[in-house]
Amino acid sequence: MAYVLRRLLEMIPVLLIVVAATFFLAHAVPGGPFDKDRPLPAEVKARLEQYYGLDQPLPVQLGNYVVNLAQGDLGPSIKYPGWSVREVIGSRIGVSASLGLVSLLLAVLIGVPVGVLAASRPNSWLDRVPMGFTLVGICVPSFVLGPILALIFSLGLGWLPPCGWGSAIHFVLPACTLGLITAAPLARLTRGSLMEVRSLDYVRTARAKGVPPLRVWFVHALRNALLPVVTYLGPAAAGLVSGSFVIESLFDVPGMGRLFVTAIINRDVMLILGTTVVYAVALLFLNLAADLANAALNPKVARSR
Amino acid sequence: MSEPVVESLASESGWQRFRRDRAAVWSGWFLVTITAVCFLSPLIAPYPYMAQDLAHSAEAPSFAHWLGTDLLGRDVLSRLLQGGMISLCVGLIATAVALVVGICYGVLAAEVGGRAEDALMRFVDIVSTLPLTLIVILCTVVFGQNMPMIFLAVGGVSWLTMARIIRNQTRELKASQFVQAAESLGQSRWGIFSRHYLPNLAGTIAVCATLTVPGVMLLEAFVSFLGLGVKAPMTSWGLMIKEGADIMEECPWLLISPSVVFALTLLSLNFLGDGLRDAFDPRSSRK
Repeated sequence: MAYVLRRLLEMIPVLLIVVAATFFLAHAVPGGPFDKDRPLPAEVKARLEQYYGLDQPLPVQLGNYVVNLAQGDLGPSIKYPGWSVREVIGSRIGVSASLGLVSLLLAVLIGVPVGVLAASRPNSWLDRVPMGFTLVGICVPSFVLGPILALIFSLGLGWLPPCGWGSAIHFVLPACTLGLITAAPLARLTRGSLMEVRSLDYVRTARAKGVPPLRVWFVHALRNALLPVVTYLGPAAAGLVSGSFVIESLFDVPGMGRLFVTAIINRDVMLILGTTVVYAVALLFLNLAADLANAALNPKVARSR
Repeated sequence: MSEPVVESLASESGWQRFRRDRAAVWSGWFLVTITAVCFLSPLIAPYPYMAQDLAHSAEAPSFAHWLGTDLLGRDVLSRLLQGGMISLCVGLIATAVALVVGICYGVLAAEVGGRAEDALMRFVDIVSTLPLTLIVILCTVVFGQNMPMIFLAVGGVSWLTMARIIRNQTRELKASQFVQAAESLGQSRWGIFSRHYLPNLAGTIAVCATLTVPGVMLLEAFVSFLGLGVKAPMTSWGLMIKEGADIMEECPWLLISPSVVFALTLLSLNFLGDGLRDAFDPRSSRK
């Protein structure tokens, strides 16, 4: 418990650094949110900037932002007048979160069994064929796999809609693309880690004292072998975030990734900051969850705290 | 590409081990070829990469245009070569940036030791969990979409793994007897760094660099794919894939050729990196 508390406290300075870095970067972006094809009258622009607090010196703005952030207020959106950043993000976050979680689940459900299967018969076709595919999965970026899947399953076979959002069937292509890309390194990691663990003495001892082979495999070896895999889930989630930028624009999914990209194009400083903060918080918590899962699997880690 | 470098650094037996790894050797040759062809593209490309020919726009591959033409009638093969030059440049230079930062940070952490070392490495752990793609995208927007900035931004977020590996290696070296002997003989820190650390780290660095290049190229492709990286009329493989994906129903060849070349290059880099690691890294755990 003390450990969780310490990790939570540790997040505060990290978030502050992220906010400060993003804040200054976002403000350094050339062009402001009120620059349009036809320039606004100077006094209108001044009024607008005053309303949004953009006329104050940057450190003051940053201070205000942090104080508001501590109260859960992400400020007003500039490009969506009358909406707060919290509302804008709130309307999109469900889409991205569900897409991300389904993809992550898919990646684990495909990657880990494939890795286990490959490690159970090393250097047979059961190992070579899937591992060949995972290598392809690592090298084919999501923005290539996505169009290929769309080409085959929606334009070729006509089974799935090529893009759009709304019903469960729209989920299939984006989630599969992201899931398959993430499953590939997971499968390789599972296989490598199992290969290492199964040559250890304690596995041989278990086998020698007559534990049934399947029990050795799943209870003794796999539990240990999964440690690096669980640790990898944190970085994998970060990969999913950057993948989602591309996937969401590819399949026309109204999620956070596209929100961030449009916010940059629109120079909507508040929205850029808001999305970055939400992403950072989500990733920090996912990493904490992965570490806690690791401790649950490995009593040695749990005791060292 | 990195073969000559490795040859001079590696022991004979490691080099022989590498030669037996057929996939790695073929990957190496593929990379040498594609790099040479791309960097010679101003001389050997059949057309100038930005020459438009609207009378022959969006044509399928033919004898005049081996890989077809795009919507503005530009020759896809010529653009593929030019885009390859940009993508490979980003891959090499950004990796070099990551290499320099990673080595300095890793060696520094191992040298200072104690709580400062713990703090430095904890910082790396934390930063590597953050959404760094967002920062890269912001950087390219802030500092304009010019090439040096893309190199710096991409390299600036890719050094974390490198720092971790270098620090672990340096810690072992620091505790080794020959370094302690050099210390007791009064060699300066810089002397120990340049005479003892660097030569012993060279193999690790070569492997690490080869495995960093694909990640870096992917990142550039991501940014270019979102329309925030390389700007027209220049192109990169990421940008070509995006343009191809936009009209894949009508002109699939615009998507296929850059995707295939890009994927093959990344695949070769991974094979080469794995081969180098197996051959030269004594701690390699792959069996």
